[in-house]
Amino acid sequence: MQKVYTKIESIVGNVVTVRAKDVRLGDLALVGDSYATVIKLDKDVVSLQVFAGAQGIGTNDPIRFLGRPMMVSFSEHLLGRVFDGAGVPRDNGPALTENMIPIGGPSFNPAKRILPKNMIRTGIPMIDVFNTLVESQKLPIFSISGEPYNALLSRIALQAEVDVIVLGGMGLKYDDYLTFRDTLEKGGAMSHTVMFIHTAADPTVECTLVPDMALAVAEQFALAGKKVLVLLTDMTNFADAQKEMAITMEQVPSNRGYPGDLYSCLASRYEKAVDIEGAGSITILGVTTMPGDDVTHPVPDNTGYITEGQYYLKNGHIEPFGSLSRLKQNVNGKTRDDHRALMDGMIRLYSQYKEALEKKSMGFLMTEWDEKLLKYGELFETKLMDLGVNIPLEDALDLGWQILAECFEPNETGLKTNLLKERWPNKDALN
Amino acid sequence: METVTGYVTGINGNLANVSFDGSVHKNEVAYILVDGKRLKGEVIRINNGVASMQIYEMSNGIKVGDAVEFTGELMSVELGPGLLTQVFDGLQNPLPDLAEQCGFFLERGVYLDPIPDREWEFTPSVKVGDSVEAGDSIGSVPEGLFTHEIMVPFTLKGRDWTVKSIKEKGSYHVRATICVIANSKGEEKELSMVITQPVKQAVKCYEERLRPDEPLVTKIRCIDAFLPVAKGGTFCVPGPFGAGKTVLQHMEAKNGEADIVIVAACGERAGEVVEILKEFPELEDPKTGRSLMERTIIICNTSSMPVAAREASCYTAVTLAEYYRQMGLDVLLLADSTSRWAQAMREMSGRLEEIPGEEAFPAYLESTIASFYERAGKVRLKNGKVASVTIGGTVSPAGGNFEEPVTQATLKVVGAFHGLSRERSDARKYPAIHPMDSWSKYSGVVDMGRIEEARAILRRGNEINQMMKVVGEEGTSAEDYTIYQKGELLDSVYLQQNSFDPIDAACSPERQREEFDVLYDALMKSYDLEDKKEIRGFFNQLRQEFLDWHGTQFQTPEYYEQGKKISEFYMSKAVE
Repeated sequence: MQKVYTKIESIVGNVVTVRAKDVRLGDLALVGDSYATVIKLDKDVVSLQVFAGAQGIGTNDPIRFLGRPMMVSFSEHLLGRVFDGAGVPRDNGPALTENMIPIGGPSFNPAKRILPKNMIRTGIPMIDVFNTLVESQKLPIFSISGEPYNALLSRIALQAEVDVIVLGGMGLKYDDYLTFRDTLEKGGAMSHTVMFIHTAADPTVECTLVPDMALAVAEQFALAGKKVLVLLTDMTNFADAQKEMAITMEQVPSNRGYPGDLYSCLASRYEKAVDIEGAGSITILGVTTMPGDDVTHPVPDNTGYITEGQYYLKNGHIEPFGSLSRLKQNVNGKTRDDHRALMDGMIRLYSQYKEALEKKSMGFLMTEWDEKLLKYGELFETKLMDLGVNIPLEDALDLGWQILAECFEPNETGLKTNLLKERWPNKDALN
Repeated sequence: METVTGYVTGINGNLANVSFDGSVHKNEVAYILVDGKRLKGEVIRINNGVASMQIYEMSNGIKVGDAVEFTGELMSVELGPGLLTQVFDGLQNPLPDLAEQCGFFLERGVYLDPIPDREWEFTPSVKVGDSVEAGDSIGSVPEGLFTHEIMVPFTLKGRDWTVKSIKEKGSYHVRATICVIANSKGEEKELSMVITQPVKQAVKCYEERLRPDEPLVTKIRCIDAFLPVAKGGTFCVPGPFGAGKTVLQHMEAKNGEADIVIVAACGERAGEVVEILKEFPELEDPKTGRSLMERTIIICNTSSMPVAAREASCYTAVTLAEYYRQMGLDVLLLADSTSRWAQAMREMSGRLEEIPGEEAFPAYLESTIASFYERAGKVRLKNGKVASVTIGGTVSPAGGNFEEPVTQATLKVVGAFHGLSRERSDARKYPAIHPMDSWSKYSGVVDMGRIEEARAILRRGNEINQMMKVVGEEGTSAEDYTIYQKGELLDSVYLQQNSFDPIDAACSPERQREEFDVLYDALMKSYDLEDKKEIRGFFNQLRQEFLDWHGTQFQTPEYYEQGKKISEFYMSKAVE
């Protein structure tokens, strides 16, 4: 028999307190008809965070404790469905109640992890050649508002070879949500996609639940042997929701108002990315918008320390500088023998191109070497960096050698002699 | 002793308030009983008869009124044979065993025995009637490559203990009593091969502390020659994300010339631990010919594991390091990252509602960091052996800005600073240690005088480069341009090192000296080159030759040939 409490003592922000006994930390409750979780206990005073926000809650509203933590239903029926942050259907389908699993479960035992070893091909040279995406990797796309990050995300979703896609949308504009849905439907991916969508108009607390819901479901699919790709957009909104809640709870802020545990908050979500031996895997691609294009802002900064690299999306393409896939070494040794050396060499030269460009813009005399660099940089940008380019890795590598040969003498590239002998397109230039 | 019990009166995140009867010590371990599980925690404050506990596990499901058992013991680790090759979490739980018991996910409230349950071949080194004190060896067992000393607990008080009985040479279970000691008051203690040591108390059973004056070779040119680390010294590696802190630390763990390497993965990615786990057993320790794992212990409390245990993990690691030091070994402790450890402190401090300092870090941040690094050191033990603990910690400064509190507090107490720079890593210059900003107070494997001369060229070359950005290449004299190219040469062929190249990844001190001799000679020469294009072409070629040299196996005919080729090449243009 559930006891009903009807005397709310305080309502501050989204948090209400009530006197009750035998309540567990993390338990779910119903305040009126909206869900809430127990976030703090002090003697018999219970603090509850109301998912839908405390607006309109009266001090005599009934509170019922459900005696279980927040859960989400898991089954094959999830595929093709859309839910909100509290797990309520957003499409017109039926609510799912079978096989409920708790969210925010324990972390994966590091001793059970295996080395990621499979490349995920995307057909985008800036990813495949220079910063290869690897199964079980967690990678954010750092972007400023206005960049086509959601378009990039859906393109990767459509082209990547995975079994299940779980999309977690936080603070999405409604039309962005519709674009995602339509793109995935048109591309034929909706049948193996689950969406948890929190739009900008929905209550803040639900925003913080989206990654947990998405990842709990992804984990179950992965345990069932599926290759899962989790897309989270936009994690900055998630962090801002955490900030809002922490401030209402009167926590001491650490950096620009964000709570001191921001790192742990983000890490416990991103760390769910895993390759399970004998079963499936979870790969996480997130979007982190950088307020004011500032990578030292706490959200991108903490994210960078957690994730295995990052893609910078700037001026409509993935920047070669700063973009990094930390796991690429695990796979790019096995693709083709020239992959690594060519990748490093081309980036080194591109960085010199940037210097030459700077010199040029300051009106200095261009040396012959500078002219070569300028030619190289232009070719590099149009033939490889453009997001519209869609070619397999091998073709992209060949193209790289061609670009080098068009611009430089072999010994100017800083590549090892034996590699040059094997791969340089114009063999006569080698002597 | 009677067990003290209590019950939970409040809970906020991983902080529980507990009301208790009897006496409770600060920093003692207590367990909260939830659903038949015992969740470990540590008392961190006692205020008005209420003990505040940080819980080392996920705190979901705890309710007011849950029973609490106090143990009366400080947070401790168990030390004994069989620790090497293992992977522990911050509370010294062996993770592979945990996986066997609980499957893929970590289950809370499960605490397993860190010391493997087995027998060891024991050889006594004391006899009945010998007097012993804390830290003295009573015998040894062979543990892999090492002679593992069995020691009297470091916490034993008094100097009037004598051996009452000792087992003969033979095979005994690790927890069997092998020795009984008694003191003048008639108190008796039974000793087994396992001892416990509180993690926050430094082991001080040594004769004296020595100056760290011997280089700890890492086989990384940039470090050994230019920014050396000493045995018993401390160093820190701050750097923005993606600058290669962890790759650098893994290289140090692989190639560092220490007897034992302890890797404390503290609040970082689990994937990085897996790399060590899968890679090290395959790699051969060049010194012993055995697998690298046999000299390694991993303490792993990754970022998604409970925060409070993260704080404990650094202490667990350093206590294990001190234990092996007591056996006369050189131990290298690599902590990645101390910033996460500091953040764990900050989180607890916030829950305790302490008055925050800079960036909400607690006011005791600096003294805590200082006392952690001070546990490093080179010591002479009572038996005359010299041993050391070297601590290297990475720091992950917010926004890559070294002005933040953790970096600053660390810089005050370390002997070497290897600052990583975003610019260098963006330009793929690895290791991305900034050669000008970083410093070291230790001496390295190459003659320091000549290193300074080389460093001066690097500095001058950098200045010229800055100048060229303003006046352009055409406004720079050929002489200056040559110096600039020399600086670039030094940077690209000596400071940079390819950690993915099987040969270049580890550069022995002998090779470092030989290559430096050639490079130094090339840098000090003047060249008969006037035209900038000619200068650039010359140095490009020279760089290429050096890079090819790095690819040859040390002391093979190809190596000597390439070395000769380089000398001939630059001598052809050199002028007196």
